[in-house]
Amino acid sequence: MESLTLLGFGPTGWGDEIAWGVVVTASLALATLPIGLVFGFLLALAKQTEDKLLKLSADIYTTIFRGLPELLTLFIVYFGVNNALQSFSRATGLPDIALSSFVSGMVALGFVFSAFASEVFLSAFRAIPRGQYEGSSALGLSRYQTMILVVLPQLIRIALPGLGNLWMNLLKDTALVSVIGLTDILRQSQIAARVTREPFLFFGTAIVIYLVLTLLSSVAIGGIDRWTKRGEMAK
Amino acid sequence: MSDASFIEAKAPPPIAKKRPGLGGLIFAGVWALIAIGLAAYIVGNWNPALLDTYALPYLEGLGVTVGLVLSSFVCGAVLSLPVALGRMSHNPLARGLAFVFVYFFRGTPLIAQIFLVYYGFGQFRDFFDTIGLWWFFREAWSCALFSLSLNTAAYQAEILRGAIQSVPRGQWEGGTSLGLSKAVIFRKIVLPQAMIVALRPYANEIILMIKASAIVAIITVYDLFGITRQAYSRTFDFQTYVWAALLYLAIVEALRNLTNLAEKRLTRHLVR
Repeated sequence: MESLTLLGFGPTGWGDEIAWGVVVTASLALATLPIGLVFGFLLALAKQTEDKLLKLSADIYTTIFRGLPELLTLFIVYFGVNNALQSFSRATGLPDIALSSFVSGMVALGFVFSAFASEVFLSAFRAIPRGQYEGSSALGLSRYQTMILVVLPQLIRIALPGLGNLWMNLLKDTALVSVIGLTDILRQSQIAARVTREPFLFFGTAIVIYLVLTLLSSVAIGGIDRWTKRGEMAK
Repeated sequence: MSDASFIEAKAPPPIAKKRPGLGGLIFAGVWALIAIGLAAYIVGNWNPALLDTYALPYLEGLGVTVGLVLSSFVCGAVLSLPVALGRMSHNPLARGLAFVFVYFFRGTPLIAQIFLVYYGFGQFRDFFDTIGLWWFFREAWSCALFSLSLNTAAYQAEILRGAIQSVPRGQWEGGTSLGLSKAVIFRKIVLPQAMIVALRPYANEIILMIKASAIVAIITVYDLFGITRQAYSRTFDFQTYVWAALLYLAIVEALRNLTNLAEKRLTRHLVR
């Protein structure tokens, strides 16, 4: 029963702090997702152009951000970019600007997510038959219209399972940002564990919350999957 | 009808030579700027003392990372076999347990699992003392080994299951019609074919583990990332992170190329 008081809301329990952590974790993941998707899509486009320089640059991007440990990327963004910003503002005399741990997390996880997403989009692009492009050009659609009206709806359907996996990874990787001080689920449980000396209870709670979040995500992804396939014939 | 209505045949216009577009120039320019900036930073802050002090610890840290990953990969491989068999079993209890195991370790962050083991198990010190396992859970390194092994066992079980199920049923039936026992069919016919399918996922899993193992630095294991953090906190020199990044990239790229070679070699009988 003692543990229930510790997990309760109000001044004696840590429930409200941990609930705030859930909000922070969810908003970090949700804020990173659109950035990662857009950049991943653009990178996939860059990888299939005939422009060798663009393709090479996109390949370098993927190699770096797929190969580095997420934690190292996070530290490089947090310390490296902040150092660079500091010396920049010192040199120009502008007021100090620094990335918060939330923004650093967003940037670092966005790099990682977009690098992996570009590969998912690229293989989805390859799964779309040439005839789709030829058909749309026979219908007189412009390149932009072909992309938006013909290619994209099919692309989403093919890429969704891969993107769903990446979303799960993103959700789990947000826990790493607690290391640079973001008050997410893990950070709050760590503080609670230290204060109450009940580490097993609080880290166990954190793990259960992550399990619930991934469970909810897989339900949601299943729903989106059915929605994208609503046009297909019932099997 | 006059001849004028015919269009005179012309050679097609020459294909325009592809020139780098604006996007490519900007993107490559950004990379060039970053590379030049880093090189200038490292040359400008060139510090032989730093290299002298930390070259050896970095290599030792690399050794710790590689040792940790290899040993937990092997432990995970051993653990993954019963889990994969449980996932494919007809017994609902075994299937349920294996599913819960896999879902638990794949659905939660590794860092939370490591914290639970390293900090959380300390709460049950009396219990571990009585069963004589406290020496194991006292050390950060063995806690890291424990969590990484369980975590990778869950992922490897799924790889193994997928690979075994990718072998067509006919292989089992053919083996049975030759009068072979189930164990022999599995070991001599199914497993070798499954391993070809599993090679790439296994290699990916090692790469993911090398990347994930950086987390153990948070619980005071001095692996490559732990040494890097120590070096940075003592010198505040950003190049400590650059060296670590280069080392990690080198291992991952080497592994990726080795996998490609191994796959080419192993599937040479499938090339037509």
